[in-house]
Amino acid sequence: MAAVGTSVERKDGLGKATGRALYADDVAFPGMLYGRTIRTTIPRGRIRSMRLDFDADGFTVVDYRDIPGKNIVALIEPDQPFLVEREVRHIAEPVLLLAHEDREKLLGANVVIEYDAEAPVLDPLVSTVTLKKVGIDKGDVDAALASADLVVDGTYRTGHQEHVYIEPNGVIAVPEQNGIAVHGSIQCPFYVVKAMRSLLGPDAFVRVVQTETGGGFGGKEEYPSMVSGHAALLALKSGRPVKIVYDRTEDMLATTKRHPSIVRHRTGVSRDGRIVAMDVEVVMDGGAYVTLSPVVLSRGCIHAAGPYKCANTRIRGRAMFTNTPPNGAFRGFGAPQTLFAVEAHIDRVAEAVGMDPVAFRELNALRPGDTTATGQTMMGDCSAVEVLREAVKRSDFARKRAEYAGTGRGIGLSLFYHGAGFTGSGEVRLSSKAKLELTPTGVRVLVSSTDIGQGTRTMHAQIVADSLGVPYEAVEVAQPDTALVPDSGPTVASRTCMVVGKILLQCAHEMREKMRGLTPAEYFAQHGPLSVTREHEPPTWIKWDDDTYSGDAYATFAWGCNVAEVEINRDTYEVRPTKLTAVLEIGKAIHPALARGQIEGGSAQGLGYALIEHVVMQDGAMVNASLTNYTIPTTLDTPEMDVAILENPYTDGPFGAKGLGELPIDGPAPAVVNAIRHLGIDVREIPATPELVMAACDSR
Amino acid sequence: MRFTLNGKAANVAAHPMARLLDVLREECGLTGTKEGCGEGECGACTVLVDGEPVCACLVPFAQVADQRVVTIEGLGDGHPLQHHFLNEAGAQCGICTPGMIMVACTLPPNASLDEIRTALAGNLCRCTGYEAIYRAIAKAAEQGAARVAT
Repeated sequence: MAAVGTSVERKDGLGKATGRALYADDVAFPGMLYGRTIRTTIPRGRIRSMRLDFDADGFTVVDYRDIPGKNIVALIEPDQPFLVEREVRHIAEPVLLLAHEDREKLLGANVVIEYDAEAPVLDPLVSTVTLKKVGIDKGDVDAALASADLVVDGTYRTGHQEHVYIEPNGVIAVPEQNGIAVHGSIQCPFYVVKAMRSLLGPDAFVRVVQTETGGGFGGKEEYPSMVSGHAALLALKSGRPVKIVYDRTEDMLATTKRHPSIVRHRTGVSRDGRIVAMDVEVVMDGGAYVTLSPVVLSRGCIHAAGPYKCANTRIRGRAMFTNTPPNGAFRGFGAPQTLFAVEAHIDRVAEAVGMDPVAFRELNALRPGDTTATGQTMMGDCSAVEVLREAVKRSDFARKRAEYAGTGRGIGLSLFYHGAGFTGSGEVRLSSKAKLELTPTGVRVLVSSTDIGQGTRTMHAQIVADSLGVPYEAVEVAQPDTALVPDSGPTVASRTCMVVGKILLQCAHEMREKMRGLTPAEYFAQHGPLSVTREHEPPTWIKWDDDTYSGDAYATFAWGCNVAEVEINRDTYEVRPTKLTAVLEIGKAIHPALARGQIEGGSAQGLGYALIEHVVMQDGAMVNASLTNYTIPTTLDTPEMDVAILENPYTDGPFGAKGLGELPIDGPAPAVVNAIRHLGIDVREIPATPELVMAACDSR
Repeated sequence: MRFTLNGKAANVAAHPMARLLDVLREECGLTGTKEGCGEGECGACTVLVDGEPVCACLVPFAQVADQRVVTIEGLGDGHPLQHHFLNEAGAQCGICTPGMIMVACTLPPNASLDEIRTALAGNLCRCTGYEAIYRAIAKAAEQGAARVAT
């Protein structure tokens, strides 16, 4: 029986349902110490002096002078230190590390740090330091704006968003073979290897093992390199295993968040409703170090013109330095910000030309043969119109739009797309690998792709089962351990199914040929071990120019349309979502139940982003760093969701699959804000808190 | 201090003000109960004390003296809720799952969706949007999953 397309039992299901699955904090090693990070309390300045204000007996203490290699968290730019030497760039920056076997003593230790404080830069629009610029040009925007019948201008803002994986960051570093093994809650084990080689020296033994991971959403993409480095330094100095698990407040204060953004649109439109020019300016707040901001900005800019055809498009983006903790990877990776802006704007453009939001989108949506802002030609798997029509039909949009008018209820929609895999030539540079090996009873998958809840193990096993012609149960999936698995690239960018799944499919086909009709068990018994390793071969038609930012930005896009229904409490100004319709075209649902889970979960995160998830920053610090004061949607905040999955296969994907993980979070925020607009309230910023909605009502 | 843990008599020497969560995880070796926030907001550490779901991070150990404590390990691995959380993809990353299941097993057999929503309002899930959790609980209810023996 085919495994692909059916909701087989997930490989890790039983361990999770019984509590037996072991997460970082559940793992202990003999002689283990607990580690703690001492952090800065000012956003900018220099450390003048530091003093241990406790009895240091039994403590291991580490500062930057204990680093054997480079004091640099290797990622894109070599600018971020593992431990501050003198210059302080943000609050909660790590300075000193402590370890002790008694957690109470560890938490009681006080370190006095004196600073020479300087005035911080906290506003990305005031900042004069640019971390990255992106420019995309198509046609002649100035001429097209000048000759347009109408130009609609607007500025849209999005706030930080905190990941709130329910398991905070945590790792254990264990001295091993004159080096270090790290076991932890990690999205990208080989990112940690790279950072540890920088920290410990290129020849140091480094092994990274992913423990069961309690959610990531991008939040465990780059920051685990920092935590792992800290635990490793303490373990090397003490000669004992060291566990560092953050508590919720430390995790929220110190680790990455979604980049806040300010996006300005000027759109030229003809009287009959055709978009003739799009001029877009994107500003993102990168925080105090470069980390992943260049790539977040890049993806944000590429998606900034929305899923529309327009002959004249100019997109200018910049990520700015501020003295706040670095912002980083978060599901969607820049696209939720820019898609919020364009989709909130498009409703205003439609209104300005007197058109219905559905008709305006249908007229301008990308179709096969059209080109995007980067000049990428849409192929047959472009599904903008299909998702729009299906969502409008399923939600009974037209009837409700008329019926709700003038009441306390509103309905709005958003149309969106998400490019799968690394941008442009990124997948070529990654040259990801995957491996299959026979076992006495079946086959084992060896990849560094992690299962952080999305179902990697299960989905990969399904692809291998059908490609090799063996039962799903005969496929096992190895725990990601960098000593055993090849580097399959990071578990990011909605690439784990589409890219790594495809390499596994090719491994399986090669293995099937080699087995010459035997089953894995028969082959193993007769010929002994057999393994196949293959490298990703990106489609040869992909042409991308990094200098001009033009060409095929992604191998394919997945498509979505959300319809949000809301009601407002006119006394408290609270806006409550009452229903979300989500229609997504994803190529092929390898595991329909898990695919639906990605859509429902991503949509709920998007609704939180739209309405309630408010990171309050004061003087460079998150002042509501707890789950009491930063709220994510509970059962009572999450409305009924009507989900439909459409399948329009991507030729080069495994069984036609595209990327899915990030797409669902792109749509809810603009759909909600457009529903609020339907209430007659002009909100152009998220989260649309009651305070913001009240201000928008007062300014009418 | 004596109490009943997953149906068996237990006697554990721990500080009376230690968090029940730490006693279960570290003294009793039951790591199925998870810590997500340490302030009673996320519900990942939910256990049953005399049949009532509580956040083990907020309960001082002294408070469970002579009481019956049930953790996820107390359900074994054959409880219908576990089966349906597995089949309906009610567990994604799985860190909230033990807490969710502990609350779900206090629901009456014919709980309405509203009742399920209200009962789970103190348990955060960041992966599923809750829909798959409702489906799992509904399926278990169809099969007449009785309350767990407490």
